[in-house]
Amino acid sequence: MSVDVPPAPLPRSTAADRRQPKMGKGNFELYAWVFMRVSGVLLVLLVLAHFAIMHVLSGGLDRVNFAFVSGRWANPFWRVYDFALLTLALLHGGNGLRVIIDDYARTAYRRLVYQSLAATVVGLTLVLGTLTIFAFTPKG
Amino acid sequence: MQRLGTLYRGREGMWTWVLHRVSGVAILFYLFAHVADQALVNVSAEAYDRVMDTYRNPFVGLLELGLAVLIIFHALNGLRIILFDFWSQGIARQRQMLWVQAVLFVLLAIPAVVAIGGKILKEL
Repeated sequence: MSVDVPPAPLPRSTAADRRQPKMGKGNFELYAWVFMRVSGVLLVLLVLAHFAIMHVLSGGLDRVNFAFVSGRWANPFWRVYDFALLTLALLHGGNGLRVIIDDYARTAYRRLVYQSLAATVVGLTLVLGTLTIFAFTPKG
Repeated sequence: MQRLGTLYRGREGMWTWVLHRVSGVAILFYLFAHVADQALVNVSAEAYDRVMDTYRNPFVGLLELGLAVLIIFHALNGLRIILFDFWSQGIARQRQMLWVQAVLFVLLAIPAVVAIGGKILKEL
C-alpha cells in the first residue's frame, strides 16, 4: 500500500481563523457534541429496529393501517419507544441542522431567520408527534 | 489528480462528510413529513388508512428504499465518527474502518432491498 505524502504543506488555519467562543455560551457546544454521540448510538438501535418492524418484516408497510397502529399503541411500551425515537431523532437532527446552518448562513440576519425557522419546525413537529402518540385512543 | 497539501480534501473522508450531512438533512425532512402523516391517526381511521393506501405503489417504494439506504449509511458512518473521537486508533484506522463500514452497509441493506425491492417488482 502506498503512503500518501503531501508535497508541501499549505498554510493551515490559524487560531485567529477559528470560530471564537462567544461569551456567556458556557459549555453548550460541548454538551451538544456529547449529546450527538450518545443519541446517535441510541438512535442506531431504535431506528434500525423501528425500520425493520415497520418496513421490512411481515410485508412491511403493507400491514400498516389504523388497526395495526391501534394494536401497537395499546401497549404502553411502544408509545414510550416511539416517544423516545421521536424526541431523540428530532433533537439529533435539529442539532445537526443547527450546525449546518451555522456553517452556510452568510449573514447574521440570514442565520437568525434560518435558525428560527428550523427551531420552529422542529419544535412544532415535536409537539405534534408527542400529541399524536399520547392523545391516541386505540380502537378495534 | 494533483494532491493538494492535505490528505482530506477530495478523499473518502471529505465525501463521507458530505454524504453524512446530506443524508442527515434528508432523513430529518422525511421525519417532518412522517410525523405529519402519522398525526392523521387522531383525525380519523379513514383519513389515516386513505393516506397509507396512497403509499402502496412502486414510486413510494423506491423512496422507501432510498430512505433505508440513507439511514443505514448515516447510522454506520455516525458510529465511525464516534470511533474517531473515542478510540485511540480511530483516526489512524479511518480508512480500514470505511471498508468495514462498506461491508456492514451491504449486509444491512440486503434485507431492505429484498423486502422493499421485492414488493416494488410485484407491484410493477
